[in-house]
Amino acid sequence: MTLTPLPQSDSTTNALAASDARLLILVATRKGAWLFHGDPARQRWRVDGPHFLGHIVSHVVLDPRDGCTLLAAVSTGHLGPTLFRSTDLGQHWQEARRPPAFTSTTDGSGRAVQQTFWLTPCHANEPGVWYAGTSPQGLFRSEDGGDTWSPCSCINDDPEYRKWMGTAQDGTPDGPKLHSIIVDPRDPAHLYFAMSGGGVHESTDGGRTFTPLLKGLEVVEGFDLDDPTYHDPHCVRMCPSQPDRLYQQNHCGIYRIDRPADTWVRIGRNMPASVGDIGFPMVLHPRDPDTAWVFPMDGSGVWPRTSPDGRPAVWGTRDGGERWQRLDAGLPAEQAWWTVKRQAMCADKLDPVGLYFGTTSGELWASADEGGQWSCIARHLPEIYAVETALLTP
Amino acid sequence: MEILIPTPLRAYTAGQGHVQAEGATLSALVADLDRQFPGIRFRMIDEQCRMRPHMRIFLNGKGVFDLTTPLHDGDTVAIVQALSGG
Repeated sequence: MTLTPLPQSDSTTNALAASDARLLILVATRKGAWLFHGDPARQRWRVDGPHFLGHIVSHVVLDPRDGCTLLAAVSTGHLGPTLFRSTDLGQHWQEARRPPAFTSTTDGSGRAVQQTFWLTPCHANEPGVWYAGTSPQGLFRSEDGGDTWSPCSCINDDPEYRKWMGTAQDGTPDGPKLHSIIVDPRDPAHLYFAMSGGGVHESTDGGRTFTPLLKGLEVVEGFDLDDPTYHDPHCVRMCPSQPDRLYQQNHCGIYRIDRPADTWVRIGRNMPASVGDIGFPMVLHPRDPDTAWVFPMDGSGVWPRTSPDGRPAVWGTRDGGERWQRLDAGLPAEQAWWTVKRQAMCADKLDPVGLYFGTTSGELWASADEGGQWSCIARHLPEIYAVETALLTP
Repeated sequence: MEILIPTPLRAYTAGQGHVQAEGATLSALVADLDRQFPGIRFRMIDEQCRMRPHMRIFLNGKGVFDLTTPLHDGDTVAIVQALSGG
């Protein structure tokens, strides 16, 4: 296939030139976390790590509101889950005094958090407020910068939600998860989250109540479309520049919705049939709501969860999913059987936008031109679970 | 009494492999450990008061799972982790 770079998006007044800020890549892996400090051109990277060597790190996020607080969701194969915080870019870490934990019960019905999986800073006008999603599915909130956490909303113990969450037997191989916690930048009371499994849900009252948002989504053949139990959203993202638009990479395809419409549209049908539209990450352009990127994987047969045909590629759209283009310049042309997990691909906010992904084989790849050309920043890391970026002001 | 702390938990005890703690039951003993070394309990015991998988407590050389188990003077307590897996 001809590899034609996608046209560059128009820069806006919100775009940051690469010379204005230093980029930080936050890499969470099965055996620790690493920070990669970039030069202004995003060509050279200084590695800082490992942090938490030997620990399972699910997510590391820098608070964009203060520009200095890092939160890391950490566990091990043998110890219970916890969170660590740093206010000096990882030079020192302090454990959260009260990590996310479900309400204790005395009748044996209570659940235990196995892992904090997803971290989302709350609204820009709510400094210090964070949300966390866990495995098994739970929603938690901190109002003190991640030091203490409490169950949030009714969903953790609501009988209907508990039914939709299923059991560990129904979840993903690493356990069922609550993820993709999204805060509307126009209204902190407007929230979304997703559950694997359990579907996509929306709240307009600050999380006190949620309503499923499933119309238009497909499920595995033979199951009830109207039952959230059978819905498996892999990653949901809200367009930063157009919050009424969301994209979703789902177990059954790639979707888009434009609120207030309540029906998802399967834009992944426009992908080549030989590649399909199964995958995990969903990445959006910070300024152009028509531009998005995915990383398809082999979802055939027993679900190998590898790059289709061993030929990894990012696919991008510039028109909201009408057309897709393969973006693999610089990536291995064959015999590369890794893939990218749902939190392990992201975009920066620079102009042109930088894209980054970490692989299940421990490689960190970057593109400084919106996917036109890829280069490998690091190899031989442990399996990469999450990749985030942050801009550090000079 | 003296408690044996496994290596994965020694980040909480400043590297000490043996620490002193008191309690009339295992639960009280773990609570005393958490008072001295904040955060250590939740890594061992979940929010439903269940011992986490791979976590074992040996009382006088025998594995115990019931946190209400009473303790007596002269008992020896060892916290052990089965470091299985890759």
